[in-house]
Amino acid sequence: MLARRARARAREAALEGSAPVFAALGDETRLRLVSRLGTEGPLSIARLTAGTTVTRQAVTKHLSVLAGAGLARGTRRGRERLWELEPEPILEARRRLELVSRQWDAALAKLKAAVEG
Amino acid sequence: MSPSPTDRIEKKILLLAPRARVWRALTDPQEFGRWFGVEISGTFAPGARMKGKVTHKGYEHMTWDVTIDRMEAPRLFSWRWHPYAVEAGVDYSAEPTTLVVFELEEVANGTMLTVVESGFDRVPPARRAEAFRMNDQGWAAQMKSIEQHVGQTS
Repeated sequence: MLARRARARAREAALEGSAPVFAALGDETRLRLVSRLGTEGPLSIARLTAGTTVTRQAVTKHLSVLAGAGLARGTRRGRERLWELEPEPILEARRRLELVSRQWDAALAKLKAAVEG
Repeated sequence: MSPSPTDRIEKKILLLAPRARVWRALTDPQEFGRWFGVEISGTFAPGARMKGKVTHKGYEHMTWDVTIDRMEAPRLFSWRWHPYAVEAGVDYSAEPTTLVVFELEEVANGTMLTVVESGFDRVPPARRAEAFRMNDQGWAAQMKSIEQHVGQTS
């Protein structure tokens, strides 16, 4: 429990101050990488580039942007590096939007009652 | 660059009331306060900083603090605020704001109201997480009671 909280705090500290984290998702290539890592699990750069027109260099650059935003992580496995998602920031962003969305639903329901009453 | 999926929230609701009526409910501070759940004094005007006391049960320690952006009667009203600035006595002024825009459109049987809140991507993630933890339970409970007596809210 404590360890988890310490880890969460470390992660937040790492994220804090990093420029627009989710702007990282505003790029089509990066979104596609996130989606593949999300559905296929940890992948090497070779696997990520196979069958696409994106170069190895470009993928490496995009992955480091994602890593910088706390969204992905690369781990050395033998001679290559395996990339996987760090899902928490994305989940957190979704939960946060969901919360604000519910707050607006509640407020607008009251507005509706007020103007139609 | 395509818009990030986490940057904005959009809501549309059909209100069975004339547009002028809806405009008043949005821009008269007393009327606004009644449905939004906040106690405000003063008058809304572009550029004005408005503060109020939140009146929702359990949230009375919070401050509603916005800067009015545009007022174009009777079709557009907007403000900027700190989306999760909920702790009284904490200065959030250095943090990025989100923009809330209300657009009112006349339709056959009333007014179509669109609300867009955007700019979430610029809010520091650690703050979002903290705000989420503080708010989640309370809102979930409140939503349940509202859902019971209101049908259409999207």
